[in-house]
Amino acid sequence: MGTLTAAVMVMAGIGLALGVVIGFFAKLFQVKSDARVELVTELLPGANCGGCGKAGCSDFAKSVVSGENPPSKCPVSSKEQVTAIALALGIDAGESFAKKAVVCCGGDREQTLRLANYNGVLDCVSASLVAGGPKGCAYGCLGMGTCARKCPFGAIEIINGLAVIHKELCVGCGTCVAVCPRNVIKLVPAEAEVHVYCNSPAKGPAKKQVCRVPCLGCRKCVRAAEGKFTVNGFRAEVNYQAPELPTAEDVQKIGCPTGCLLTAEEHLRIEMNEPEWSAGKDE
Amino acid sequence: MNKNVKTFHGGIHPACDGKSLSNGVSVQRAPLLDKYRVVISENVGKPPKPVVEAGACVKKYQLIAAADGFVSANLHAPTSGRVTGIVEVPGAMGVPVQAIEIEADGADEAGELLPALDWRNCDVALLRKRVEEAGLVGMGGAAFPTHVKLSPPPEKKVDVLVLNGAECEPYLTADHRLMVEQPEAVLEGAAISARILGVTKIYIGVEINKADAIDALNAHAAEFGIEVVPLKVQYPQGSEKQLIFAITGRKVPAGGLPMDAGCVVQNVGTAAALADAVIRGIPLVERIVTVTGEVVAHPGNWLLKIGTPVIRVVEWAGGVTEEPGKLILGGPMMGFAQKSFDVTVTKNTSGILLLPRTVAVTYGSSPCIRCGRCVAGCPMNLVPCALGNAVEAERFDLAAQNHVMDCLECGSCAYVCPAHRPLVQHMRRAKAEIRKRKK
Repeated sequence: MGTLTAAVMVMAGIGLALGVVIGFFAKLFQVKSDARVELVTELLPGANCGGCGKAGCSDFAKSVVSGENPPSKCPVSSKEQVTAIALALGIDAGESFAKKAVVCCGGDREQTLRLANYNGVLDCVSASLVAGGPKGCAYGCLGMGTCARKCPFGAIEIINGLAVIHKELCVGCGTCVAVCPRNVIKLVPAEAEVHVYCNSPAKGPAKKQVCRVPCLGCRKCVRAAEGKFTVNGFRAEVNYQAPELPTAEDVQKIGCPTGCLLTAEEHLRIEMNEPEWSAGKDE
Repeated sequence: MNKNVKTFHGGIHPACDGKSLSNGVSVQRAPLLDKYRVVISENVGKPPKPVVEAGACVKKYQLIAAADGFVSANLHAPTSGRVTGIVEVPGAMGVPVQAIEIEADGADEAGELLPALDWRNCDVALLRKRVEEAGLVGMGGAAFPTHVKLSPPPEKKVDVLVLNGAECEPYLTADHRLMVEQPEAVLEGAAISARILGVTKIYIGVEINKADAIDALNAHAAEFGIEVVPLKVQYPQGSEKQLIFAITGRKVPAGGLPMDAGCVVQNVGTAAALADAVIRGIPLVERIVTVTGEVVAHPGNWLLKIGTPVIRVVEWAGGVTEEPGKLILGGPMMGFAQKSFDVTVTKNTSGILLLPRTVAVTYGSSPCIRCGRCVAGCPMNLVPCALGNAVEAERFDLAAQNHVMDCLECGSCAYVCPAHRPLVQHMRRAKAEIRKRKK
């Protein structure tokens, strides 16, 4: 009995002593964390995609609390989530510019000439280092899926040698824009439905030699829908700053002669979109 | 094989090196074309600035683009005629490049040449200036402006000049024929370079499969105080660092330049062009190019003007006997596969190689089996298998730690790999990524 008591006493004594030591050091080396940062981190999506330009969600939370960034800078959070963060901190939510990525190229395996038989690593960056890649067009999508593998949200799919974006999954974080060696992916306002699917600044005839769906810079879209398009060199662009963005009806009305003016939905199904104008003209 | 010949550690030698196709064929002069497309950016560094307008009439050897800065090289007209403008042509690296198009008038009339120099007695600064004026670049493949190479900073003590006549790339025989047919030009060029650098020790390294070239050089080498060093037939014997080690036993520090080992390495073609520029006042507008491959009807060596489209050269060589599987500019190991026959000859085009479909086969790669053949084959003593795996995992930091930046992309590792791993492509990717991150 005496032994048991002694053992319990000793153990309790050691426990108490260690507890005091731990308590002392816990106070001494305490990391002061801002409860607000933790709260905001909780409210953020936790995807750590880096789309805001910060190292991750908690880093972004810090910058929100310090006032460096407005909550709306997070491209992934919905409007409600942004409002929740703003309410929790009692600050202004900031103006939201939701963005989506768009692959400005319609040149899949059928539409664009392949000049070489590429036999190397299936990766766009690696391929672009070997003679600029096998594709005839030096500006179009290489279609080897570097962006699709890097997308944290699984929003990019390679269909018939062309990267296409599933708009409902894309949050506009910009990861794909950063990895694409051809700079063919652009971030555009999320509400834009229609895009010019051509990235080549080359002259029309040169583009036509290698691609069936290039933008020839014919200005038909500029004339048909005033203010909604601009022509930059030999390539039309949607004027994303315009008060009114082009719609699917505009695409119908314009009737782009090469078919590079499409809605995002049409681009997704591009492999079924055999353009009639080119039948028998090429090859 | 003679055990006494000098060499380096690692490397390979393909059983069939294809040299016999063209090494006995004398250099032929190409007929005049009606149009030349001279690529503006022929050199490493800044591209020169065009100094002729569309419609201007130029004479042969006239300056058409002037060096823009120190690391840049002049460009001269390969023939007389009218400049039609600046056009886009397919570049040797696969991306379109700008070129000055000249419509030849058929006279091939030479303009005023630079005055000939007495290189033994004239001022060294004058010689160096001439090298710069003549638009000389390294003709072995790198196209580094020669006047930069011949102006080492004063804190680097250079005491050895090594001339590179190894020509270790399979199939290529352009340097071989040059050494056989114009040994004096090569030796004179070497002696002039040595005078510019202020060195007395000059070596010419030649692989022993070019016995006639060694003999031809030896016949005159003593006059110039140059030592001809026979080298083992081993690829990449002609790589600067390997050549320096084989001949002098010196090692260039990792990430360093040959001048860090007190050496300057120059290609024999550059030396011959340098002799032309100094002694005869002729700027660099032509070079010897090997046109070869099993499918070429008459493989040979041609003296071609820069700006000559490859398709014309293949026609002169009798065309092809069967459909080629691959067109390569340069040698099969380090040359660049081409997408178009419209690519033009530049100052650093050493060969036009057409491989048959049976040789240009495509492989599927499989995982590394850790056999170590690439380690034995790497002339830089790297571990290519580990580097390849690091790149596949996108661990570029790991690749950098393991000295991927010292890789010279010679392709020995990929050549010996039984799993057909695309190791060189991985190295190139790693180097590009690391350079990008440094910026």
